[in-house]
Amino acid sequence: MRITNNKPTVAVHKFTSCDGCQLAILNLEEALLTLTQLVDIKNFAEAGILDDNAQVDIAFIEGSISTPREMAHVKKIREQSQYLIAMGACATSGGIQALRNMQDGEAWINAIYASPEHIESLATSTALADHVRIDLELWGCPVSSEQITTTIRALLFGVLPKIEHDKVCLECKRSQAVCVMVSRGEPCMGPVTNTGCGALCPQFGRGCYACYGPAENPNPNALANRFEGLGMTATEISHNFLFINNNAPVFHAIGEKYKNKDQSDE
Amino acid sequence: MPLGKNTKTKIKAMSDKTININVPVLARVEGEGALDIRIEDGSIIDLKLRIFEPPRLFEKFLGGRHYTEVPDIVTRICGICPVAYQMSAVYAFEKLFGTQITPWINAMRRVFYCGEWIESHALHIHLLAAPDFLGFTNAPAMAQQFPAEVRRGLKLQGLGNELIKLFGARSVNPVGVKVGGFHKAPNEADVAALVERLRAALPEAKALLEWVATFDFPAREQAFTSVSLQHPAEYPINMPGTQLISDAGHQLEINAYETYFKESQVPHSTALHSHLDGKPYLAGPLARINLNYEQLHDEVKQALTSTNIAFPSNNPYHNIVARAAEVYYGLLEAVRLLEDYQRPGRAAVEVTPKPGTAYGCTEAPRGLLWHRYEIDNDGIITFAKLVPPTSQNQARIEEDLRLSLEALGLDNDEVTLRQHAEQVIRNYDPCISCATHFLDLTVTRN
Repeated sequence: MRITNNKPTVAVHKFTSCDGCQLAILNLEEALLTLTQLVDIKNFAEAGILDDNAQVDIAFIEGSISTPREMAHVKKIREQSQYLIAMGACATSGGIQALRNMQDGEAWINAIYASPEHIESLATSTALADHVRIDLELWGCPVSSEQITTTIRALLFGVLPKIEHDKVCLECKRSQAVCVMVSRGEPCMGPVTNTGCGALCPQFGRGCYACYGPAENPNPNALANRFEGLGMTATEISHNFLFINNNAPVFHAIGEKYKNKDQSDE
Repeated sequence: MPLGKNTKTKIKAMSDKTININVPVLARVEGEGALDIRIEDGSIIDLKLRIFEPPRLFEKFLGGRHYTEVPDIVTRICGICPVAYQMSAVYAFEKLFGTQITPWINAMRRVFYCGEWIESHALHIHLLAAPDFLGFTNAPAMAQQFPAEVRRGLKLQGLGNELIKLFGARSVNPVGVKVGGFHKAPNEADVAALVERLRAALPEAKALLEWVATFDFPAREQAFTSVSLQHPAEYPINMPGTQLISDAGHQLEINAYETYFKESQVPHSTALHSHLDGKPYLAGPLARINLNYEQLHDEVKQALTSTNIAFPSNNPYHNIVARAAEVYYGLLEAVRLLEDYQRPGRAAVEVTPKPGTAYGCTEAPRGLLWHRYEIDNDGIITFAKLVPPTSQNQARIEEDLRLSLEALGLDNDEVTLRQHAEQVIRNYDPCISCATHFLDLTVTRN
């Protein structure tokens, strides 16, 4: 699959999200102007470019699927796009708002909205891949500008970008950051989390909170045991896994396990 | 023609036609919204700024979380103003707990917040609002004809982001804030290098203000109430020492907010409409300048004086000028506070939680951002309510739309009316992602 357009076409769409991943594009500064010369942006509502029906070479989607309208819309975008790229935690795992999935989602909405008949919302918030085929997932809450530009650049060259699946720990070692868990006993999700952020949290003296999602071959059980050794309660351990990427299967499973553990202890 | 008080002027159209204007997707706003207007026989019979941004239910899942987790949760409400969410939250908890933060922490939070004002305002002016004034549909198109101005804007936006990164490692969902202070104090060399860049950009921020002031502003004086925080010694940004004030004579403590400001649900919006004493009101840059002009730096006041736009102003179009003035203010303030920077021994103070109700309010780029949390004995959140600026401005936007479209003349063709309506909405820089995650709703039914 190659992009044959002389000037490839790009669309950026927003689903259920905070707009933060689109900022990876809008914050490019000078490179934003270069980008608009390299590619032909067909749809990017926040930037004032609208053509929801455009056939494009590359479509980026920010956000999760949380309404019936979005379920239909993502299928339409899939049909119109050669490469469909899930951009950020909401699109790749359902985002922090997927915390509703573990509750009785419909009851939550009914409890929250006094007039729920006006609210068009599903009981769940889910990843794009639960609904359509995705060509590439860019994890992160938010994704960085580099993830976007390297992806576009690679696709312009006719290849898929190489996505790192190392753990944050490796990035820490490479940047010579002091391990917050070893040196201070601070809980850190680095051992099970994808690198890509640049190990920002440990370099700021705090534990990673897993906003880049699960790394390849993680061992969440061993990390949870370590957290127990640090004196954390089962609820605290479950909260660490059930956070930004709570709906990513590997985090979800261990988070649920510890959540139930605490309830059975009580 | 300037309109007086909230008179519902009915302008007869040339013919007795029925016009429906639908803008299915509002471009150049953050989040998902749409606008429906129905005009019959020359008067607006229905006007709805529809917000269909899906709710994410933040208030609900904040429940059960420890207060220390809150800064990393609420930052996810808005990619454009994460600092504001973190600041309203940490000040709320510190006030309840009686935590005494150091003057250094308060000053550096102010710098951090200036970064967000600069980033958010520069983004809005250049990428979202200016194309309206200069006759373009989007910023890349505008950049063809105004390359230097767009580059200058993107550069200022970048400097705002750099300030956020200095304290938060990244500009979207920054990671440096905690209840009690910061996780890390920046080192002196990094601060000195950034101060040089900020200082060098001061003339550009001044030029931006002068440029924006030359835009063609329709004369649209409207009667509205401005609301903002006020501090006895400084332009309002952060919470300590502030009160809530209005030009209708309000002077309130932050915890009295709910007594005077009421939210209600309307069927066409997943965000609430907010009223002060039963009336729409304005929050944000124009309201802040209207109420706190004297506390701007002299350089900003001089630049504003030379523009011939007088503040306080009742013309909502002057919001973009206020935004540019706050970009200039933010740069000057950051330089002032960082000039003699010394790295402190500790970047945070000890925090001992207490149960109770925590109230927080700061000035987000778009205006007041008010939080209330209930906290139990273990420091766990049992209730959360967050009132962002866009929901506060929503009723004012609809009021402005009616007045502005009637002033423009409802007999204009639909394209003209639609473009005008979109421009009116963008003047408020609505952040729809923020506005949609409400919990404590009051339903109004017939």
